[in-house]
Amino acid sequence: MILTPWDVRKIMGETSRNLEHLIDREYKAGFVTDVEQEIFPPGLSEDIVRQISAKKGEPEFMLEWRLQAYRHWLTMSEPRWAHVNYSPVDYQSISYFSQPKQDKDRPKSLDEVDPRLIETYEKLGIPLREQEMLAGVAVDAVFDSVSIATTYRGKLAELGIIFCSFSEAVREHPELVRKYLGTVVPPGDNFFASLNSAVFSDGSFVYVPPGVRCPMELSTYFRINAANTGQFERTLIIADEGAYVSYLEGCTAPMRDENQLHAAVVELVALDNAQIKYSTVQNWYPGDENGRGGIYNFVTKRGLCRGINSHISWTQVETGSAITWKYPSVVLQGDNAVGEFYSVALVNNYQQADTGTKMSHVGRNTRSTIISKGVSAGHGQNTYRGLVKVLAGAEGARNYTECDSLLFGDRCGAHTFPYIEVKNRAAQVEHEATTSRISDDQLFYCMQRGLSREDAISMIVNGFCKQVFKKLPMEFAVEAQKLLGISLEGAVG
Amino acid sequence: MSITAAKALRIRNLHASVGDKRILNGIDLEIRPGEVHAIMGPNGSGKSTLAQILAGRDLYGITADEFSYGGKDLLAMKPEERAREGIFLAFQYPVEIPGVSTVTLLKESLNAIRRHRGEAELDAMDFLTIVKRKLALVEMREEFLYRSVNESFSGGEKKRNEILQMAVLEPRLAILDETDSGLDIDALKLLADGVAKLRGPDRSFIVITHYQRLLEYIVPDHVHILAAGQIVKSGGRELALEIEHQGYAWLEREPGSAGRPLAAS
Repeated sequence: MILTPWDVRKIMGETSRNLEHLIDREYKAGFVTDVEQEIFPPGLSEDIVRQISAKKGEPEFMLEWRLQAYRHWLTMSEPRWAHVNYSPVDYQSISYFSQPKQDKDRPKSLDEVDPRLIETYEKLGIPLREQEMLAGVAVDAVFDSVSIATTYRGKLAELGIIFCSFSEAVREHPELVRKYLGTVVPPGDNFFASLNSAVFSDGSFVYVPPGVRCPMELSTYFRINAANTGQFERTLIIADEGAYVSYLEGCTAPMRDENQLHAAVVELVALDNAQIKYSTVQNWYPGDENGRGGIYNFVTKRGLCRGINSHISWTQVETGSAITWKYPSVVLQGDNAVGEFYSVALVNNYQQADTGTKMSHVGRNTRSTIISKGVSAGHGQNTYRGLVKVLAGAEGARNYTECDSLLFGDRCGAHTFPYIEVKNRAAQVEHEATTSRISDDQLFYCMQRGLSREDAISMIVNGFCKQVFKKLPMEFAVEAQKLLGISLEGAVG
Repeated sequence: MSITAAKALRIRNLHASVGDKRILNGIDLEIRPGEVHAIMGPNGSGKSTLAQILAGRDLYGITADEFSYGGKDLLAMKPEERAREGIFLAFQYPVEIPGVSTVTLLKESLNAIRRHRGEAELDAMDFLTIVKRKLALVEMREEFLYRSVNESFSGGEKKRNEILQMAVLEPRLAILDETDSGLDIDALKLLADGVAKLRGPDRSFIVITHYQRLLEYIVPDHVHILAAGQIVKSGGRELALEIEHQGYAWLEREPGSAGRPLAAS
C-alpha cells in the first residue's frame, strides 16, 4: 500500500527512513524479544513495594513515599465514571517488576547493553547508537521496568541539562527528585496515580537549568515486552526559570491475547518564563479486530505552570491501546501562564478512548486552548471529556475549546462531555464542537481524481487532524500521519 | 498502444438499475478520439446516471454487451483506475471536503495519474507553476487553492473548481455533467475556453446539458437525445436547436422513441 500522500520522502529527506520502520501496514511492533528476564512473581503487597525499592537501591525517603502511596491505594477503588467497558483488572495477577537480566545494575555504555535489546529498538525504528540516530533527538529507551540506554547525555550535560532514567535521578539527584516529585500529581491523586506511586519502576527525568534552551528534542521510547507484567513508568520534567524543552514520548508493545496494564504518571513543572512542549505518539497494541487483547492505558499526566508567563503544551496522537483513560492537564498557577492541549484520538475495531484535558485557571490573565480531534471507525467508541475551571482570582482568564468528531461507518460512536466551571465574572470561555462523517460521495470524488480509496481516506483524516499535526515536532508529524492511515485500514469497504 | 495514445469509448446495450428501478435501458454509443458529443434530455432521463457509471460509481446494477474504453473493459476497472487512464468527470454537484485544500487534492491526483503513466512525480515547485498557469485560465484567485475543497464555495465557484481540475489533469475523456447549469455567461465562456484549449485529435468530450446555450460555445460533433434511459435520437448540432425550439415533449410522438411517458422536463 502506498501511504505517502504527503510526499514524505521529499519533505523529510532521508530522516523519514528510520520512521518508516516504526509503522507498517499491520501492527509490526507486535513482536516479542527473547531475552532472559528477571521477573517478580505476580501479586502486590508491601513486601513487593520494598523489593522494587531495594532492587533500585533507593534512598529511604523514596521507599517511605512508595509505602505511603501503597497504603493509600489500598483504601481506594477503581474509577468507574469513564465511558468505557472492560472486565475488571485483577491486580494480584500482574507482575510488578520485570527487567532483562544484566551483569551489572545498569550498563555504563551501549557496548554493555545486550545486543538483542539494541536490536529490538532498531526494529522499532529507534536506533540507539548516536551516529545512526535522528539528528537532534536524544532518546531514553525504557524496556519493561527499566531504562536501558539514554543517548546524547554528554552533550546535554555540557549545558547543565539532566536527562536520565528516573532510577538514576533518584540516586544521583535526590534533592531535585525530592523537591518536585508528587508536587503536580500527589501520590493520593487518583487510583491509578496511587498505584503508580507505589510501584513505579522507571521512566525519564529531565531538568533544564535557568535560561537554558534545550537544543534537541528529548524523547523516551517505552516498550512493554514481558507477558503478564504491568508497566508503571514515572516521568518528571522540570523547566527552571526561562528554560525551554520539547519532549516526545513513543510507545509500543507485543501483540498478546490478554490485556496488559499501563499506568503511568507524568509530571511537568514550569517555573517563571519557562516553556515545556510534551508530545506523545501513542501506539500501544490496540487488540485484534475482534477486540481481543491490547493495552489498558490508564495514565495521569499533568503540568503545573508555577511561574509567571510559563507555558505548557500537550500534543497527543493516540492511535493504540484497547482502552485509553487519559487527561493531560495544566494547572495555570502563575500570572499570564498559557496551557495548551492538542489531541488526535483514533479508535478502530473495538477500541475505546475516554480522553481529554483539564485546564485549571488560578492566576491572572491565564490562557488555555483545547483542540480535540476524535476519529471513530469500526465499532470504536471515542469520548472527549474536558474540564475548564476558572477560579475566582483568575482575573482576565480566557479559554478556547474546539472539539471535532469524525465518524466512519455506522457502528462507531463519538461522545463529548465538556465541563465548564467559572467562578470569575470577567472570564471568557468559548466552546465549539462539530461532528461530521466521511461520506461515500467524498471518497468517490477523490477516487474519480485518481486516488485510491486508502489514500483518499488518509488524505481526508489527515486534513481533519491538520491543526494538531502542525504542533508536533516535524519528524513525528510525518510518523503520526502514517500511523493514522494504517490504523484506519479496513475501516471501510 | 501507448498509454497516452488516443482511445475510443464503446458502449453497446448498456442497462443500469437501482434495486427494481431501471434507469438505463440499452444505451449504444461510440465516441472516437477527438470527438465532442453532447447528450441532452429531460430531467430523470438518465443523463447523470450515465456520467456516474462511466466514472465508476458502484451504486448501480449494470449489464452491457460492451462497455470499454481504449479496448479495456470498464466494468473491471475501479474508479481510480479509470481516472488514471484519463477519464474525468466534472461533477454536477461537487462535494465539499473539509480540511483538505484544493491544492493538496490536485497534487495527489496529478501525481497518481503521472505514476500510472510511468512519469516522474512533480515536486511542489513544478506543480505550483502548472497550477498557477491554469488558474489564470479559469480566472480564479490563488487563494482558492488553499481553501478546503469546495467548502463554502458558491455554486459558480464550485463549477470553476471543476474546470480548473480538468485543466490541470488534462484528461483524455472528459465528461461534463451539467457543468453549465448555474453559470453566468462569463463563466460559461471560461468553460468553453477551457474545453477549446484541451480539444484535440486525441481527446474526447461528453457534454451533458439541459440547454443548447452551452453548445453555442462548445460546438459538438454529435448530439444525442436521451429519454427514459435510451438514446432516442442522434444527429448533428442542428438537433440541439430543434430541442431549443420545441422542448422535449415532441419526442414522445417521434417514431423510435421509448414509447413510454416521459418525466416532465
